[in-house]
Amino acid sequence: MTDFLQFVFAGSALGARYALVALGFVVIYRATGVINFAQGGLVALGAYIAYHFTDRIGAPFVIAVLAAVAACAIVGVLIQRVVLARMVGQPAFAVIMITIGLLFVIEQLIPTLWGYNSHNLGDPWGIKTVDLAGLTLAERDLWTLAIAAMALGGFFAFFRLSRYGLAMRAVAIDQEAALAQGISVGAVVAVSWAISGMVAALAGVTLSTGATAVSPTISFIALAAFPAMILGGLDSPGGAVIGGLLIGITQTLTAGYQPEHAAWLGDNFHVVMPYVVMIVILMVRPYGLFGVPEVDRA
Amino acid sequence: MSTPAVTDPPAPARSAPLPPRLLRTRTSRVWALVLVGAYVLAPLTVSDFWLSVLAYAGIAAIGAFGLNLLTGYAGQVSLGHAAFIGVGAYAAGWLGADEGLPLPLWLLGAALIGGVLGAVVGPFALRLRGQYLVVVTLGLVFLAEHVFRNWRGLTGGNSGRAIDPPASFGVDFNDFSLGGFAASRAQSWFWLIWALVAVVALIAANLARSRAGRALQAIRDRDLAAELTGVDIARTKVAVFALSSALAALAGALLGAYQEFVSPSEWNLVLSIQYIAIIIVGGLGSVYGPVLGAVFVGSMPRVIEEYSSSIPGVSSGAGDDGVITVFALNQVLFGVLIIGFLIAEPRGLTALARRVAARVNRSSATPARTTDNEEET
Repeated sequence: MTDFLQFVFAGSALGARYALVALGFVVIYRATGVINFAQGGLVALGAYIAYHFTDRIGAPFVIAVLAAVAACAIVGVLIQRVVLARMVGQPAFAVIMITIGLLFVIEQLIPTLWGYNSHNLGDPWGIKTVDLAGLTLAERDLWTLAIAAMALGGFFAFFRLSRYGLAMRAVAIDQEAALAQGISVGAVVAVSWAISGMVAALAGVTLSTGATAVSPTISFIALAAFPAMILGGLDSPGGAVIGGLLIGITQTLTAGYQPEHAAWLGDNFHVVMPYVVMIVILMVRPYGLFGVPEVDRA
Repeated sequence: MSTPAVTDPPAPARSAPLPPRLLRTRTSRVWALVLVGAYVLAPLTVSDFWLSVLAYAGIAAIGAFGLNLLTGYAGQVSLGHAAFIGVGAYAAGWLGADEGLPLPLWLLGAALIGGVLGAVVGPFALRLRGQYLVVVTLGLVFLAEHVFRNWRGLTGGNSGRAIDPPASFGVDFNDFSLGGFAASRAQSWFWLIWALVAVVALIAANLARSRAGRALQAIRDRDLAAELTGVDIARTKVAVFALSSALAALAGALLGAYQEFVSPSEWNLVLSIQYIAIIIVGGLGSVYGPVLGAVFVGSMPRVIEEYSSSIPGVSSGAGDDGVITVFALNQVLFGVLIIGFLIAEPRGLTALARRVAARVNRSSATPARTTDNEEET
């Protein structure tokens, strides 16, 4: 039982990281109608910028994280303004491929700038743990949950209560109608990219704390957030969070129990477990758990 | 994405049967002659390095024809191509290297296995629409890689396996000699691979111009309208997915046999995206775009690797000096190519080539209305 709770806790922390990445996907999808494959690149970029500030500049960790968040927001807006603004009105396929192209570029620029070796992020948590009711909880996981909760709470407050949040929801429903109501769709899209850059940076930082160092493989880990996003439904921010947690917990439980109880599934099955869950769910619900089905009218 | 299918012009009243379309006009006869000449003569004049570059490009073209039918014509974006290429490579290992079947049988067998797997996976994947399909096929790549890593008896696990199937079909392509002339492996495999490219190209071109090809484009452009005009969407989608997987597996079988060794890490997302880059650069939904794209995109990594020492700022390994490694540069270039072509010329090299040809035609005083327009999709 202790094991199980331990796994669920670690899984929730992992899931919170996935949720941050998945939320970035959903925000962009709602604003532009495409999945942004470059999100994984932004996640890695966030981690590296934070590392750059702590290690190379010697800034305090909090400052480094804030700098990473700001930088990723700016990069997100730049990507939208410089590249994707040219693709307005193009088919979704073309836009997705552009974001894949961007992912390739970002993914390789990172080791070009910072090298292929892993680095220590310089976070204050390291491998420290806290004992609580018989459970050993990693400090980094506790902080990850706290940061994710704050970020997600902030996002939903903004999304539900502010005028900009209302504008974002309007744009997601119908861009032209939103435009006719005096909403600046361009500004909403830019804000969406900034938000997605910010959550990407937080995801990158929390993914690379402690023993998992900053390394170019972070953008690969972020790929597992795809199932989280799909699971919840492409256009549902709440679904992204639930999908993230589900995937994180399932993955950790698989890593914990599968080698012993289902060894025939092969080594490292937990790496592909998110995709298995995604495929199974999509077989039952083709638009995810909370996604809105597309209705096709002639 | 591109213009809707052009209806064929009314057939002329014909008394004698026409020659095949490839040889109907003078331009196409000249082209056919040039291509056949290049095919025969290239291995005799070009160095083994370039032959091997072209051989890999030919293999990529075969796989890209499949993806082009699926993505370019039918509009179903799949990131799962790499999985089926891997399946083909291991099928060649099993049927050719382990069971010792002759060349035509292991090639066909690999294509068949790929096609059947595609037909099995297809119905599940293709009921999803648009971007859900993209992500599910992405998952397919990871699942396939997991199977490849763990099915040690067939794939050799993480350390990979050798694939050395028999390669004789009348002549032995591994040890080719005719009279006093003995060809190197690069030379004879060039002939083998590009002959197969020609066969696949003809099949794909004929399919694209047939009723089935028009059904694919109708699904791409507006699936609801396609269904109303009598296209069985589900069946057509699964069929094209199976065909695309079969061609991917055929390419994989050739790839495995040509490089003689494969490991599970080759069949990853990057490979899938390379194929996407090939069909985008070549021209989505154009008949011969995959060949142009494959020669351009497929040869780029090897050319850069070969000449890395003379490109400033490029190091040949992770430890060397230089701003960017060869591997990183290649991947960045893939990204830049995809972005650049989609923004600047979404119809790819095919459209570029056509524009150049039109300009040449205009500047030479000959009337420019001789070429037929049937390759336009």
